[in-house]
This record gives sequence, C-alpha cells and structure tokens, in this order.
Amino acid sequence: MQVQRRKVIGLAGAGVLGVAAAGAVGLQVTGDEKTTPVASTSDAIAFFGERQAGIVTPAQDRLHFVAFDVITKDRAALVGMLESWTAAAARMTAGLDAGTIGAVGGIPESPPDDTGEALGLPPSGLTLTIGFGASLFAKFGLGEKKPAALADLPKFPGDAIDPAISGGDICVQACAHDPQVAVHAVRNLARIGMGVVSVRWSQLGFGRTSSTSTTQATPRNLFGFKDGTANLKAEEPALLDEHLWVRPGDGPDWMTGGSYLVTRKIRMIVETWDRTSLLEQETIVGRSKGEGAPLSGTQEFDEPDFTAVDGEGEPKIAKVSHVRLAHPTENNGARLLRRGYNFVDGSDGLGRLNAGLFFIAFQRDPRRQFVPIQTNLARHDVMNEYLRHVSSGLFACPPGLRAADDFWGRSLFA
Amino acid sequence: MRTPRLLALVAAAAATVPLAACGDSGDGDGAATGASDKITVDASDTECKVASSESAAGTVTFTIANKGAKVTEFYVYAPGDRVMGEVENIAPGLSRDLIVELTAGTYETACKPGMIGKGIRNGFKVSGSAAALTEDAKLGQATTDYQRYVKSQTGALIEKTTEFVNAIKAGDAEKAKALFPVARTYWERIEPVAEIFGDLDPQIDGREGDQEPGQEFTGFHKLEKDLWVTKDISKSGPMADRLLTDVQKIVDEANKATLSPVQLANGAKELLDEVATGKITGEEDRYSHTDLWDFAANVEGSQAAIAALRPALEEKDAALVKTLDERFASTEAALEKHRSGDGWKLHNELSQADLKVLSDEINALAEPISKVAGLVAGK
Ligand SMILES: [Cu+2]
Repeated sequence: MQVQRRKVIGLAGAGVLGVAAAGAVGLQVTGDEKTTPVASTSDAIAFFGERQAGIVTPAQDRLHFVAFDVITKDRAALVGMLESWTAAAARMTAGLDAGTIGAVGGIPESPPDDTGEALGLPPSGLTLTIGFGASLFAKFGLGEKKPAALADLPKFPGDAIDPAISGGDICVQACAHDPQVAVHAVRNLARIGMGVVSVRWSQLGFGRTSSTSTTQATPRNLFGFKDGTANLKAEEPALLDEHLWVRPGDGPDWMTGGSYLVTRKIRMIVETWDRTSLLEQETIVGRSKGEGAPLSGTQEFDEPDFTAVDGEGEPKIAKVSHVRLAHPTENNGARLLRRGYNFVDGSDGLGRLNAGLFFIAFQRDPRRQFVPIQTNLARHDVMNEYLRHVSSGLFACPPGLRAADDFWGRSLFA
Repeated sequence: MRTPRLLALVAAAAATVPLAACGDSGDGDGAATGASDKITVDASDTECKVASSESAAGTVTFTIANKGAKVTEFYVYAPGDRVMGEVENIAPGLSRDLIVELTAGTYETACKPGMIGKGIRNGFKVSGSAAALTEDAKLGQATTDYQRYVKSQTGALIEKTTEFVNAIKAGDAEKAKALFPVARTYWERIEPVAEIFGDLDPQIDGREGDQEPGQEFTGFHKLEKDLWVTKDISKSGPMADRLLTDVQKIVDEANKATLSPVQLANGAKELLDEVATGKITGEEDRYSHTDLWDFAANVEGSQAAIAALRPALEEKDAALVKTLDERFASTEAALEKHRSGDGWKLHNELSQADLKVLSDEINALAEPISKVAGLVAGK
C-alpha cells in the first residue's frame, strides 16, 4: 500500500505532483536556470532536473544539515545505500513516505519504513542536496576523481574549529518551510544508512539569512542586520554561470554542472554585540541597521561607494567594515551564492545564547572564491571580535539527477 | 535495566501464543533415540580431545573431564554458533555430562578453558534419519533451543550471584567487586526474559533515581554503589540476601516460561537497544564503570536468540542471515579491541571516538535485526 503522506488533501496533492513534473521536464528540455515557480510554501519542488534543488531554489525558512562518515569498506554497500537514499529522497521531496510501505502500512511486527512524524504534512518545499567531502575519495580509492577544487580549506586566522562538528564524507542539506519536514528527511536517511554511514554531526537552522531570489526580501541575521543583500540570485543566469556552476574543463566531468558547498558554523557572541552602540554596530557592518543601506547611500540596494568620504575625510564605509571586506571589488570580483541560516542551540551553561550563523555558500571554485574572501575577513574584519568559527566543511555537490533511474553518486562510483 | 515498555503486552503474548514445540525434558521423539555410548571429552587448558567426531541423530551424551588447571566450559554449536547444549563451570578435576539432542547436520564442539573466547573447536557430524522440519517446527525448535540457552544462563546466574552475595556478606569488597560484572553477565544475556516479570527486573537491576516515590533502591546497582561509592558493605548483607532471593524468583519463572518466536526476535533487538541507550553512555554501571561487560553480554544474548531462530530465518531470508552474521562479527571485533584480561576495559577508559565506533556497530546490527520479528511473524 502506498500511503501518501498528504492523503488528506487529495486534489491539492495531485496539483503538487503536476507542478513538480512540469518543473523537471522544463529543466530537461531547455536546460535554463529558471526555478520551478513555487505557488506556496507547502508545495513540492522538483527533485529531478539539470541542477540539484536546494541551491538556487528560493531559500526555504528551515534547515537540517547533516554530515555523515562512511563506516563500511564495502563499495557495493555504499552504492546500494545511495540508491536507497535517492529513492527515499525522491519520495520525501514529493511529500510521500520515505519507503513504499510507509509509516502506518505494513505488518504490525515490523518497524515501519517511514518514521511517521511528517504524516499529514505537505511537501513544504523540501529540497535534499547531496555533497561529497574530500575524505570520501581516499576511502574508496577515488583519488583521480577528486576535484582539485576540493582541496582542504586552509586554517584561517582566529579559527576555533572543532573537528567533531566539521567535515564528513557525505553531506545532505535538507531545507523546507516546516522544520518537522526537514528533520524527518534527515532522520529517515540516517536510519536507511545505518551500518553504511554514521552521522558525524548535524545542524538545525531557522530563519534563512540570505535571499537567493529577487522575489525574496532580505532577511536579518542574529545581529539584527540584513544579510546577503549582494548575494547571487537565481534570476542572474550569466552571473551564476560565472560564479556558481562548475563548467566543462574546470575539473573532473562528473562535477560539471555541480557546485562546491562551504559550511561554516559561526558562533555569534550576541551578549557583547547587544552592548555595542548602534553607531559602532553600523560602522562594523558598513550598512544601516534599519534600511540596510550601505553607509554611502540611502537604499538597501544602492551600490556601496567605497570612495565616498565624510566631512572629516574619512571613508563613509570603514576600511575594516564587513561589507567592504566581503565585497567582490575587494576580492578580485569573487562572489558567492549564500543560503545560510540562523541557529540557536539553546544556551551554553554560562547563560549565554549558543547562537549564530550557520553559513552556507555555493560556488564554482572555493580556491578563487570562499578562500580569498574569508582570508580577507579573518585578517581584517572588526566583526571578528563578536564571532567564533567553530565548524567548517567543504563538499562537492554534483549536478542534478535527470531521471528516476539515476542515483546520487552514480557518476562518481560508475 | 530498561523502561518496562509493552511489558503487559509481552507477558500476555507469552500466555496466549501456543507453541509447536516447547518443554525441555528432551523426550527425543522422532529420530533414532538409540542409547548411543557416551562420548568422552578430555579437556585441558590447551586441548579439547573429543573421542568421536560423529554420531547418529538423536540423544548424544558427552562426558567432559577437566584435566586442566582452569575452570572450563563445553559447548555444542550448530552453524552460526547456535548453542545446542553447554555445561559451564567445570572445575579442575571434575567430570560432567552433557546430554544433547541433535538432528542430522554439522556441528562444532568447543572447550573453553578459563571460560572465555571462542574456545578450542572441533567438527562434529551427525547423520541419520531426522525428519524434515516443517516451517512451524523450525520455529518451535527455535524456542526449545533458546529455552535451553536460558536454562544454562540462569544456572550460572544463580551460581555467580551466590558467590557475589557471599563475598559481600563476608566483607570481602575486592572479591565482590571482581564478581559484580561476572554475575551480571548472565543476567544481561537473558534480560528480555527477565523483563517479562515486570516487578522483579526493577528490583534486581533498577538504577538509582528510577524508583517511584516510596519505592526502595535495591539490587545490583545498590550494592554497586555500596562497593564503589560508599565503600562500606558492613550493612549490605540483607540487601545482598534480597538480591539473591529476587534472582532465584526470576530464575524459577524464567525456566517455566516459554517465549514465542516473535518474542525471541524482539528480545534480540531489545538487548541491542539496551546497549545503545544504557551501556554506550555508561549510565548502567555508573559507579563501577563495568558497562562493557554488560555490553558484551547483551550482544551475546542477542546472538543466542538469533542463532536459535537461524534455521527458520535461513529459509525466509538467507541474505538477512548473512548480513546478521557479518554485523555480529564486526561488532565482536570492535568490542574485542577493548578487552582487558579476562574482562573488559572500564567505560571511562574509552574515548568518545571509541564509543562512537561501538555505537555505530550496534546501530548497524540492530537495524537488520529489527526486520526479524516481521519475518518470524511470517508476513
Ligand atoms: Cu540492564
């Protein structure tokens, strides 16, 4: 029996699948970058397509990011799991149970093949995006398939990286408009993967901190500032080709059309930030707190003018400000597609919020994008006084799966 | 101990599920019951000389003489280390009989000097006219085999708990400390059986803080606290006596009860769940840190239940049996790294990374085991 998670809403359910299928076909035929239009936050997003969903997909509200270590030496077992994962991912993103039996079908003596906490919930824009870490390639003798761009990130000044919550052989980014749907997806993948992979670490996020589409308003981070105003957007295909998607000749063929994912868990010391004067906060960021305009202008989307000076001849946007140091003009034109999330992991036992930004950025080549940008920020950004980078990850995310008989990692393990 | 979920349900099932073949008197119906001669086994600390390597189907009697210096055990295993029969605690100089019913097939015998490890193994072949077992008979046989296992474990449980209790009453704290994890080994191997009798399990194995208001903290873990934390066992005698009384009660009950095949399957999984929740975290033996002993015992108990079900499972899903074999072997290998002398390292001697590896092993094993109950239920 196929239990459709959303059987309650029969008609709407059919509509959702229709949209999903149309999206997939559109991408296959034209190969353009238009994302499936999302009618509402409960709809499904196409799982199959030229690109993996969850990159230029308008950022959903919630995140559950997970990194796995492969614990088997059996290549066939890993491939088998990736096939099972793909089937489950295709089902869950469509709003179905993870398995064909479902959470409440099947026989009473057996555990169900879906954990059930998403029963009755709509697809909620769930996307599942997979990436492969450098450590995977050594484990399976895939050395020659490892892209040069997947070189370990350098240690940046001031890093306080905890290896236990960093790296991993395989990552899955689950984004959805409902946290329960994202958590359900990760939990079921972990369950399916037992004995083959082990969860190394995972991170919940709420409140997207950047917009990946011009249709979205710029959100605020936990410092109270708009974040990601200058982000790459889905509606800029030429820029995406230049900065986001791996192109033929960039590296091994299996990555062409994919993208590199950098994660950084950035703890924000919000208590000291909150004691900082508004003037200082705005100086550090380089933008106004209310409007989000660069201090050289008045509107959020005004292009920052780094040459503008105030009455005393000082730059209106400070040399050490975040917006200047992160800006493409300061980094050889390098840009990123950011889709990070705020996090609060409760409190830290000293009464401080264990909170911050789970930074996520996609790019064509981290060696020319994230690394120089972060090096610049780590050296000069005065905001660092309020930040601790505690986790780091770099993953190669292959292009999308074109059809249902394809599976995650096939191009890598073929 | 674990939270007593579904205890009522399990007990009800035990009462209502009729079993194809239960009882443990070994009438030896069907196949040739010829009063085969006794097969002598000369056991030493380094050798295990079995007088014959074959026998006709039916009742086979081994007479094991321990000529070594270490206490030994003797086992007859079916494929997959399914225990067909065993005698434990054969002291040096002593001789004991093992009577075991065997159908045609290949088996292994093992002497275990020092009562540890895989033992010194020999092949053993049984031939003759054993009637083909129907599917139901295989499951019935599983419960009989497991019952035999429970019986062997409860015997050792009483023996070792008595020694433990006597050491406490004699004020010999060092001896009691050494016996604590040993006595618990036999308990932890059959814990799902013990848990059927709801109120006894918490009395014997309840952890401090698990008691309801007005309920007393008793049993193994109370004595553990006296030994390791309070370091005063001068007043622990009555508590030790009470433990022995409770253990005796549960042993009597356990030897009367017969588990259904589905309960066997669930027991195998629950033992691993115990490991995953209580032993990996070091919660179970929080004062002595001897959790790895319990860990090993839970895995062994799980393996015994699966081994009993093995013939039935092989018919239903041979690939699953292969997976279980591999994962049991992998778990054992991972655990083996933490052996220390005749026992195990303390929980607090393991790093977080060590524990993660063990946790992954248990999850990898428990996931396929969770499919066994459904298979056994036959759907
Ligand atoms: Cu216990």
